[in-house]
Amino acid sequence: MNAKLLMSITVSAAFALAMAPAQAEKAASNLDAKTAEIVKRDFRDKGIAKATRVNQDELQAACSKYVDKLPPKLKAKLEAKEAEAIKLPVDGKFMGDWKAGEKLAQSGRGMTWSDKAEDPAGGNCYNCHQLSSKEIAFGTIGPSLLNFGKVRGNGEDIQRYVYARIYNAKAANACANMPRFGHMGILSEAQMKDLVALLLDPESPVNK
Amino acid sequence: MRTKQTYKALLLLALSASFAAVAAETAVTDSDRIEQYREMISDGNPAEFDEMRGEELWKKAAGPNKVSLEQCDLGKGAGVVKGAYAELPKFFKDTQQVQDLESRLLTCMTTLQGFTEDEIAAKPFASEKKASDISSLATYVVGQSKGIKMAVSTKHPKVKESYEIGKRIFNYRAGPYDFACSTCHATTGVRIRMQDLPNLSHNKKDAQTAYTTWPAYRVSQGLTRSFQWRLNDCFRQQRFPEPKFASEATVALTTFLAVSANGAEFAGPGLKR
Ligand code: HEC
Ligand code: HEC
Repeated sequence: MNAKLLMSITVSAAFALAMAPAQAEKAASNLDAKTAEIVKRDFRDKGIAKATRVNQDELQAACSKYVDKLPPKLKAKLEAKEAEAIKLPVDGKFMGDWKAGEKLAQSGRGMTWSDKAEDPAGGNCYNCHQLSSKEIAFGTIGPSLLNFGKVRGNGEDIQRYVYARIYNAKAANACANMPRFGHMGILSEAQMKDLVALLLDPESPVNK
Repeated sequence: MRTKQTYKALLLLALSASFAAVAAETAVTDSDRIEQYREMISDGNPAEFDEMRGEELWKKAAGPNKVSLEQCDLGKGAGVVKGAYAELPKFFKDTQQVQDLESRLLTCMTTLQGFTEDEIAAKPFASEKKASDISSLATYVVGQSKGIKMAVSTKHPKVKESYEIGKRIFNYRAGPYDFACSTCHATTGVRIRMQDLPNLSHNKKDAQTAYTTWPAYRVSQGLTRSFQWRLNDCFRQQRFPEPKFASEATVALTTFLAVSANGAEFAGPGLKR
């Protein structure tokens, strides 16, 4: 084999190797684009669930694209952006009524196409978390919050932490499975305070 | 076959037994309870009535053209029902599309029988008040794959593409809660309240069991529900808008789930809580 031929084989082999991942990436992004196109076309309004709900914000799009495993830089950037948008209560108080909080935590209603616009949304907390020791029908997508206040205390720092966590769970972990209750307008400020109390009040069944 | 009344009585019995279990305040998951129903009615499944209704519809001349569906090609040749579901979705030359069972039935009902798509898509799912023809037809066709191994081929590039798009729809987060199918169905051994959640993307066995047991007679609702209804209701829980019936999006998602079930023996129609 002459040197020139060998050279050209080597070059094209190297080229093919370099191209393979680039091509795979291109194929993947074509599929992402096609998926977005299909999703935008194939859903329709039903009740309060309008077709526009499939439009993603930056965070939703990134978590979908990377299947919840974001590159560290992007993750940090998105978390900072979510954190910046958190609105803490203006009166500086974080603790509401744990009894109202327990009712909210129990309710899994709200925002589906079979709910009405005027139906208030619940917190869905028991769908994913253990909270009160009395409630045995709890989900396990999120960690157990039983004895949360007993273990973590109930000073102002932890109050602020829990409020922020409920307001926007994505500020702490960009692709967490927990909804952004304040950020998306699912729960009101007063409701989120009631939930802080449910987790932290020494009288709450979570801490009994 | 037993009468409908006997089934109803047995199911009522099973239901009350399960409520007694809840009252006893033991942590009984819904899967434990469904196991009880299953034992109690092991010699039959009320979904058989929907299968029979579907079989009658398949064989009856209907639509403006007054023909039956017996010439419908579900992928194994005109009129072949046995084993067809275990190979769907598939690419069909005549429509130049990847089609799942419902989408294909829709094609046959429009091209052979002369119905309009809108007429059929207007009643895609059974409800307490009214049966759905396309849903019963699906129950019948699915039942004819009982005991047959799931073997959906991704050799055709269009099917492969549909699978890839379906996987992306599975992971597509959106809506007020940021949910995707993966929020609830990508971890093994978790549950929502007392309902066990199958891991449909990273656990072969879960994916196989979930796919091969639908359609199902739902004890809590007293009617036979289709797989497409199951997906539709999960989109509802996901706080999404409604997917259009037999659309490319639902076909792609079905392709992803069906391929994930490959190798398992088809066991539907099943029985669910
Ligand atoms: C869809 C499931 C889901 C729902 C609904 C949900 N959470 Fe969570 N939650 C999670 C997950 C998952 C985590 C872990 C977060 C992570 O991955 O960073 C979490 C974390 C938390 C934490 C932080 C725990 C810690 O140790 O610091 C708190 C507090 C919390 N959730 C409270 C709530 C409250 C209150 C509600 C109801 C308003 C709620 N969650 C609803 C899934 C959920
Ligand atoms: C908020 C949580 C949630 C989301 C999001 C969700 N599901 Fe489900 N899914 C459930 C629950 C709960 C059940 C079990 C219901 C029951 O036991 O009756 C279920 C059941 C199922 C089943 C039947 C499992 C079986 O063995 O019978 C399938 C298949 C399924 N879901 C697919 C999907 C797909 C596909 C998506 C995305 C479009 C999705 N789900 C989104 C909660 C969810």
